[in-house]
Amino acid sequence: MAHGEVLRVEKLNAFFGAFQAVKDVDISVKHNEVVALIGPSGCGKSTFIRCLNRLHEEVSGARCTGDVWLDGKNIYGPGVDPVLVRRNVGMVFQKPNPFPGLSVFDNVAVGLKLAGVSKKSVLEEAVTTALKKSALWEEVKDKLKQPGTGLSGGQQQRLCLARALAVKPPVILMDEPTSALDPISTAKIEELVVELKDEVTVVIVTHNMQQASRISNKTAFFLLGELIEFGKTSNIFTKPQNTKTEQYITGRFG
Amino acid sequence: MNRHVDNDLSDLKDLLLSMGGCVERAIDEVHEGMINKSEKHFDRVREQEKAINKLHSKVDKKCLRILARQAPVATDLRLVLSVVKINTDLERMGDQCMNILHNARDYMAAGGSEVPKEFHEMKRQVRVMVKTALDAFVRQDLALCRDVLDNDDVVDDFRNQIVDSLKLKMKSNPDEMDIYLHLIMIAKNMERMADHATNIAEGVIFVITGDDIRHGRSMTEPS
Repeated sequence: MAHGEVLRVEKLNAFFGAFQAVKDVDISVKHNEVVALIGPSGCGKSTFIRCLNRLHEEVSGARCTGDVWLDGKNIYGPGVDPVLVRRNVGMVFQKPNPFPGLSVFDNVAVGLKLAGVSKKSVLEEAVTTALKKSALWEEVKDKLKQPGTGLSGGQQQRLCLARALAVKPPVILMDEPTSALDPISTAKIEELVVELKDEVTVVIVTHNMQQASRISNKTAFFLLGELIEFGKTSNIFTKPQNTKTEQYITGRFG
Repeated sequence: MNRHVDNDLSDLKDLLLSMGGCVERAIDEVHEGMINKSEKHFDRVREQEKAINKLHSKVDKKCLRILARQAPVATDLRLVLSVVKINTDLERMGDQCMNILHNARDYMAAGGSEVPKEFHEMKRQVRVMVKTALDAFVRQDLALCRDVLDNDDVVDDFRNQIVDSLKLKMKSNPDEMDIYLHLIMIAKNMERMADHATNIAEGVIFVITGDDIRHGRSMTEPS
């Protein structure tokens, strides 16, 4: 791994049966970066991030080839437990998905409990810290025993972020995390992403190009499963090198 | 595919070109007025300058609207950003025509006779630079931009020659110092217009390539 690199993807190909959704993608992500993935629907960006925590292979008939190095270890290496991979690479999805039937507290604590943490004081501290980091603490500190599903959509999404943060993963993946949220809740999530990059690397899929330009350090443009351009966000949105990137971000296709 | 922003950008270009047309007419009219000592031509300069000022505000408003509503990126963003600057350059050129008008009138009032012939050639050169810069904008043509940049030195040389020859005249005819000072101011304003034409060409290069070549940067140097 190069200096400062947290994630390196080499020759990644992803398939659904015979259909190839991701083609020969190489990408390197440094610590404390926010990387945005953009591209038209069906370009493979969501499939790509689902390969970064071995979720892709959970789909029937889906497989991938290539290597994904996380902090120097190949997550597709022999004998690697996908569950442990997912503990190190958290994920927030498009639709908020707190565990039904679990309280706000337990929703955040669940990852730690599954990892074997049972001491109450440790759990309480971890949950409080995660809720503060996801800017939800003030809103839920008196509702910790109430069901997580009782919160508003924006709060539920921040709860999911707290759940992901609680196990302190080096990388968090976000798949269109604000597409179901109103502008205020969206702004909160965006602020959090920017704040959190001091301690976690974020790879975010977004259809909102303004969002990509606001919050990411680097942007990757995908088209038909291929990585067309990957570079500094400020360059991608002012002076893209590839004509296809230019055409996509200026709305000439897609 | 015709995008919504295309209509806005096309309107913006049209506005800027109308403004460029006014500037070209103002340069011609002020020169005619200076040669023919004609108030009729000076009145036309004033009319053009008013039109330029109106368009200046209109172009700025349009840019603001496009930035706010369309959030342009890449070439579109570079275009709007350059138009904001070119708009200022054109407005300043209108002001410079007015400065020349005032200096020409003062020159005449002070008893100045015919304008030296070097001014005709300098004006012709400035006029070519302005037209070429506007053509470069319309056609998004790098070669035309390069022509404008190359011609800037020619206009600077004209200015220097004029100033040197007027300095000599001042020394030999100190009583007519005022008259020559007005001519120096006219040459200075014409030279500034050439600088603005150069700015426009640099703006067009930025739109086409994304490279900022101002302040001594070359067209091939990475930004």
